[in-house]
Amino acid sequence: MATTYQTTPEAAAEEPVNYLNVEHGWKSWLFTTDHKRIAMLYVFSITLMFLIGGSFAMLIRLHLTQPQGLFPPEVYNRLFTMHGVVMVFFFLVPSIPATLGNFLLPMMIGAKDLAFPRVNLLSWYLYIIGAIFAVFVVARGGVDTGWTFYAPYSTTYSNSYVLSAAMGVFVAGFSSILTGLNFIVTVHKMRAPGMSWMRMPLFVWAHYATGLIQILGTPVVAIALVLVGVEKVMHVGIFDPNVGGDPILFQHIFWFYSHPAVYIMILPGMGVISEVIACFARKRPFGYEFIAASSMAIAILSFLVWGHHMFITGQSVYTGIVFSFLSFFVAVPSAVKVFNWTATMYKGSVTFESPMLYAFAFIGLFTIGGLTGLFLSTMATDVALHGTYFVVAHFHFVMVGGMVVAFLAGIHFWWPKMTGRMYSEPWARFAALMIFVGFNLTFLPQFVLGYLGMPRRYAAYPPEFQVLNVLSTAGASVLGFSLLIPIVYLIYAWKYGPKAGNNPWQAKGLEWEIQSPPTTFNFDETPTVTEEAYNYGPLEEKQVA
Amino acid sequence: MSSEVKEHHHTHIPEVGTLVKVFVALIVGTAITAEVATFDLGEWNVVVALAIACTKATLVAWIFMGVRYTSQLTKLFCVAGLVFLSILLLITFSDYSSRSWTHHAKPWATNPSLGTSK
Amino acid sequence: MPDAIAEAPHPTDEELHVKHHFATADQQMDADTLGMWTFLITEVLFFGGMFAAYAVYREMYPLAFAATSEFMNVKIGAANTAVLICSSLTMAMAVRAAQLSRKKDLIKYLYGTLAFGSTFLIVKAFEYHAKYVEHLIPGPTFHPDNLAPQFQHNAQILFFLYFCMTGMHAVHMIVGVGLLTFLVINSYRNQYNSNYYTPVEMIGLYWHFVDIVWIFLFPLLYLIGHWHW
Repeated sequence: MATTYQTTPEAAAEEPVNYLNVEHGWKSWLFTTDHKRIAMLYVFSITLMFLIGGSFAMLIRLHLTQPQGLFPPEVYNRLFTMHGVVMVFFFLVPSIPATLGNFLLPMMIGAKDLAFPRVNLLSWYLYIIGAIFAVFVVARGGVDTGWTFYAPYSTTYSNSYVLSAAMGVFVAGFSSILTGLNFIVTVHKMRAPGMSWMRMPLFVWAHYATGLIQILGTPVVAIALVLVGVEKVMHVGIFDPNVGGDPILFQHIFWFYSHPAVYIMILPGMGVISEVIACFARKRPFGYEFIAASSMAIAILSFLVWGHHMFITGQSVYTGIVFSFLSFFVAVPSAVKVFNWTATMYKGSVTFESPMLYAFAFIGLFTIGGLTGLFLSTMATDVALHGTYFVVAHFHFVMVGGMVVAFLAGIHFWWPKMTGRMYSEPWARFAALMIFVGFNLTFLPQFVLGYLGMPRRYAAYPPEFQVLNVLSTAGASVLGFSLLIPIVYLIYAWKYGPKAGNNPWQAKGLEWEIQSPPTTFNFDETPTVTEEAYNYGPLEEKQVA
Repeated sequence: MSSEVKEHHHTHIPEVGTLVKVFVALIVGTAITAEVATFDLGEWNVVVALAIACTKATLVAWIFMGVRYTSQLTKLFCVAGLVFLSILLLITFSDYSSRSWTHHAKPWATNPSLGTSK
Repeated sequence: MPDAIAEAPHPTDEELHVKHHFATADQQMDADTLGMWTFLITEVLFFGGMFAAYAVYREMYPLAFAATSEFMNVKIGAANTAVLICSSLTMAMAVRAAQLSRKKDLIKYLYGTLAFGSTFLIVKAFEYHAKYVEHLIPGPTFHPDNLAPQFQHNAQILFFLYFCMTGMHAVHMIVGVGLLTFLVINSYRNQYNSNYYTPVEMIGLYWHFVDIVWIFLFPLLYLIGHWHW
């Protein structure tokens, strides 16, 4: 298959000044206000947290190869809690916004930086402080409440490091709030002349909608954690049944954020997929306005459905009915996107570079994840499925099969822009395939396990479930190993890869019109936008490298 | 760039008289709130108190914070914040209100030692 | 205006403190303002979680909540509310002074705001101390006099919310005091005038917001039951 990207003619040319080589030394990195450097700082730290969270995943899957488990139940409780806490708060929530969003958003709208560059740096520092708390908790044996910190176990009965974990999440939450705040103000106030709302890339729409959720939802989980912390210290509190408190109130306040949080996690991924599909189908996304509007609809509707996590915990059944009804609604805008993406590919000029392979995987896996969510939002079936492996499989399909896959798609798509180097396409395709196989082998059996009744967060299970569990662990081993491969070849490419040129994919977008890697201020002069977005024509003739 | 002449606009400069009038209204509102609480109006006490509080808050936002003279966007943001707060309050509240619609779902309402109004 | 700061009729970007990534001072001012309002929205939701808890528990335990009112000193609470309202006035006057380049007035009103704000916090400290002395801290030491036994448990929920909500409010006031001090120092250094007063205005927005929170806390925490002069 002919290579479909451009590389600049090789000359022993001097590397032009760019954001990476303009300054050297640790101070220039730790005190930077350049959104691109901050993005790379995040790439590094988020990858580290992903590896930590992933290690816990491997230990969980190892444990579950045996019906009686490998570790004592108390340890197992800490394993799945730490896996959840690290993955949710320190990987998934920041991932695309803090890395790709930070790097690309200003460029995509023709700005020189985000609205508040120093706040951006503060955001990274807060993330690091939160991560230090998390690592401290890991080192001291973890917390065992589940990532959901339910009262009264978290407030009264757990003797693990609940306060430290809550503190870490609290601080990381403010990192997230500041990122969202920055994005919102940037999109409103810093678009280049001619860059109207309806000319913005869908990636920007997605991050704007994500920012809205971040600022509206995160403060509520912050206060929930404060209340848990104070109750733990005072030995009494508002979630304490001994004084008439209701533990379910904690769940209301917690899930008011944590449900929208899953859309914080997936919306940026959807933004990436819109960009990748447009480029590799050489076509303007079908129904651009609908995709943009659906991002906003998801942001708003996501705040109306949190009780579907609480159908069987004691919430009023009438409130449950309302939540169930609204949860069906929130699926619609996501479905709109899926149909628009496939319609974009129809009669497009599709090629199968590695970012596009990830995009295909995303569409399939996210659809399965989304559809299985409907079983859970239906109260009657949720009664049987709540707290089983069906739920675990559902959210891993959307979070890993959706979000992580989208993150990989984006990292691959924009790596040439971020580093100026092209990675190895054969290795990228191999890794994508292995990740796809490993992922499905890990999580498809879990749907069956959940349907058969295997509870989640249990350290032991009936022996008849062992085969499926072993299959799942085998898949996890493949998945875990495969996820390491991109780390290797991407770093290798950064140092030794061929120079990529400004626009190796011949994509449309302001970020592709500037050099790779970009200069510190992105544009020599603020561009004036005269074209619609995604002004794709037919694929031009390529030079084979 | 730094030596170019630029036009720039102020935010609206309030009149001292306006600020003082709002100040007086806020103090009077506080006094009224305290005074009304000396009467037993049943459920209406909290309604009146919150109504006065909302009025005071609106005055502070509208005049002291200058929302009156800000852009549509800023006004929209203020409203949006309140809308989502209402969603949190109303739906959470609806859970507790509607639990008794099925049998015995409000244990605190039937246990006399827990001190309820019913 | 002898104490007005001299200003160039056509200020440069540097005098307008325009940062490199903004095209104009207006754009920067717009962005700063929207940014502060967005931050205030997060604060609305932050306090909002506690208001939600309060609403739920007041509906569940109305009598226990009402019984706690006798432990609240309404006169002090009302007076403190008035103190905070005064501080909002002086803050608004300070912003106005900055807009008119009146440095002496600006500093005077900032000090006024600081004085009222500090007074509020000192009164709060005395109130907390009184609660401690009267054994009203929820937990093992909770032992109020003259509280009917059937309310002993649920009243702790109200006091827990009282301390959390007023405590969180006080934390925000302390931050505000710090920010005001920063403004005073910069005002002495002639940093603010009619061309550039954004920090004064932004911190003013924050201060007024913290006042609004208290406007709701006062009736909800002090006036649940009835009181008499």
